[in-house]
Amino acid sequence: MNAASDPGPALLEVRGLSKSFGTLRALQEVDFTLQAGEIHALLGENGAGKSTLIKAVTGVFPRDAGIVRLSGTEVALRSAKAAVDAGIATVYQEVNLLLNLSVAQNLYLGRQPTRFGLVREAEMRRNATALLAEFDLHIDVAEPLGTYSVAVQHIAAIARAVDQSARVLILDEPTASLDRHEVEILFAVMRKLATRGIGVVFVTHFLDQVYEICDRITVLRNGRLIGERKTDELPRIELIRMMLGRELAETTSERAAAQVRQAGELCARFEGYGKTGYVAPFDLALRRGEVVGLAGLLGSGRTETARLVFGAERADSGGATVDGKPVRLQSPRDAVAHGFGYCPEERKTEGIIADLTVRENIVLALQAKRGLAKPLSRSEQDEIAMRFIRLLDIRPPEPERPIGLLSGGNQQKVLLARWLATAPRVLVLDEPTRGIDVGAHAEIIRLIRELCDDGLALLVISSELDEIVTYSDRVIVLRDRSHIDELEGEAIDISNILAAIAASSTIGAEAG
Amino acid sequence: MRRLPPVAITAIVFVVGFALCTAQFPNFASTRVAANLLTDNAFLGIVATGMTFVIISGGIDLSVGSVIGFTTVFVALAIERLGVPPLVAFAAILMLCAAFGAAMGAIIHVFDMPPFIVTLAGMFLARGASFLMSTESTPISAPLYSTVSDFALRLPGGGRLTAIALIMLAVVAAGAVLLHFTRFGANVYALGGSRATTALMGIPVGSMTVRIYMLSSVLAGLAGIVFSFYTAAGYSLSAVGVELDSIAAVVIGGTLLTGGQGSVVGTLLGVMIQGLIQTYINFDGTLSSWWTKIVTGILLFAFIALQQAMLGIARRAGPRKAGVLKP
Repeated sequence: MNAASDPGPALLEVRGLSKSFGTLRALQEVDFTLQAGEIHALLGENGAGKSTLIKAVTGVFPRDAGIVRLSGTEVALRSAKAAVDAGIATVYQEVNLLLNLSVAQNLYLGRQPTRFGLVREAEMRRNATALLAEFDLHIDVAEPLGTYSVAVQHIAAIARAVDQSARVLILDEPTASLDRHEVEILFAVMRKLATRGIGVVFVTHFLDQVYEICDRITVLRNGRLIGERKTDELPRIELIRMMLGRELAETTSERAAAQVRQAGELCARFEGYGKTGYVAPFDLALRRGEVVGLAGLLGSGRTETARLVFGAERADSGGATVDGKPVRLQSPRDAVAHGFGYCPEERKTEGIIADLTVRENIVLALQAKRGLAKPLSRSEQDEIAMRFIRLLDIRPPEPERPIGLLSGGNQQKVLLARWLATAPRVLVLDEPTRGIDVGAHAEIIRLIRELCDDGLALLVISSELDEIVTYSDRVIVLRDRSHIDELEGEAIDISNILAAIAASSTIGAEAG
Repeated sequence: MRRLPPVAITAIVFVVGFALCTAQFPNFASTRVAANLLTDNAFLGIVATGMTFVIISGGIDLSVGSVIGFTTVFVALAIERLGVPPLVAFAAILMLCAAFGAAMGAIIHVFDMPPFIVTLAGMFLARGASFLMSTESTPISAPLYSTVSDFALRLPGGGRLTAIALIMLAVVAAGAVLLHFTRFGANVYALGGSRATTALMGIPVGSMTVRIYMLSSVLAGLAGIVFSFYTAAGYSLSAVGVELDSIAAVVIGGTLLTGGQGSVVGTLLGVMIQGLIQTYINFDGTLSSWWTKIVTGILLFAFIALQQAMLGIARRAGPRKAGVLKP
């Protein structure tokens, strides 16, 4: 946004970049500008389009529209290798080096010093030691990379990239699995590279780290550019508003509609429920006919809470009661037996079974609950599948179609149907509107309200604050893996949620 | 790379085995036995060297036994029926093998097919082709063959280090240099670590795959030539199951079946251990020769269990933290 006033062309300039996957518009006319020598945060919730932007720029995906300029020259990168050759290196969260090779081999693979075709091992090790020493890393480079910590592996990946004359370094969530000390090491390396004139793109969801190290911030939401600001001119609450909120006016009217419901009887209660190093102990009550929203930034402990409630992780403190009776939720199987259902966030990997038909996907959980000894007859399956296809308006209404061929919104409906078929009392929905188009979005929200009116207790996770505000009767706000606030009734609005999340914290980097 | 521990264990097994044999049969510890061990297993050593590259790269080559069989028949027919000079026949079969291996590697890479299936197809193809050429054993009586089998370095103590044993040792030495001291070798380990990552690091994965299977097939061809020296005949049923013997030798030699770790020297020791068992059975005279298979099977189990245990220990130990940091 202030690129125009800068002298000379920017190091990396992206203009009007668009990318669709099927009907889903993952990126819409996104601009991004990186100056030499700056550390630039690229922020946004899951599904905002950060990864898609990186992959479209570095040629992993072809892009539908838009141009990429490197130092003013337009480039068309067609593969990750072409990007590296052009001077754009990416270090992903999962380290992209070879853990079975020595550190030195990793740094120089494919370009080892040789004489008469033989690798000059001693020279390579000397070079590797010297290269890592530039990053204040003093380790035995003859050891396999896999014996070192993730921080060292990241630095090795950065060192290789920089040594191959990278001018743009993209770090995708490099700190997600590092402890505080290791983060410091990595930051020292990033600062050093910036002073050398390398442009660093830093993708993270730890806002404290953004304020600690970044010069500028670009925020994406739902595949669109929300804005680019200087870090010191952007208050934290404003940043979170950019990441999560829409215009407040849009949602206030919808809020009233959700308000009229009366809380029903208590369905499940969790007291002091938690797991060390996963989610701090929390109290949670789920009532019939009530939607409880979980709000917070990525990594704040929303999904973790859901997994504990569903028994996918075992709690090590506190207890749970269902209908007033103490129960042990040791596994998803226990939870299902007590009438819980869970639609996970990763629909493709944890939810649908793409090759099975809509009918088979719908009856899956019900069959599992009944046990294999009592198979559902084919006519029962057909009846159930058709009932939910009509009820939820799944399109196309063909029970024998493989679910992988349906759109995202319809896949989500099939997942809902799978759990509804088990007649649950408590249903946990993790990002139910993720990755589905606008029309289906409204429909899913309408479904959530209807289910609730039918007496189901719902626990819903969403990054879309306006969405949470629309359907929740109570909102639990999370930060740094603990429940920090609970809003009810009139108190539920976006600014209150934002204020609760933004309340400054310093321990953000320890989580994750 | 830390390739010492598994190899060291293989070496200890070999030495202990040799010592036990010597304790029972005092004649065992002689250059004669040692030299025969090398000669009798020359073809297996050569083919297992190629298999080592394939397995470290994360693949498998089931076609090698059939390629050996095909080679013996091809060489025998070319020399005896067509009157082709032996050296010309050797050059022709090695080129044919190279093309065969390259084709398998290309199919594996281009169509992203499991090596198991592609080389299984190669195995049937090569075995079928050798039966097409001849179903009978063809003796080879070319002068070169008697020259080669007469040649030997005399060792003190009556051992004869034969030409084929020397060829095998040369192949193993060259293989070790290629694997451990060249870019090609480093790329082989890299492929076994992760194909996708290796590609991201700019290594031409496709041409590497082609070259690795080419190497394996060429060495299988060379093993076939050596086998024809050893038996002085070409027979379409020869070397049945040798692909499995060589995989066993590679694994007993400390190479990870999942790829990424291993050594050629370990493979040689793996071959020698199998030879040692066979030799023991010959010395004993009363045992069925099938005991070789049983002991090999037990050893295989032991080594795979050992590898898993060592992986488990390495995981529990956890990664080391960053080194000393200057402020």
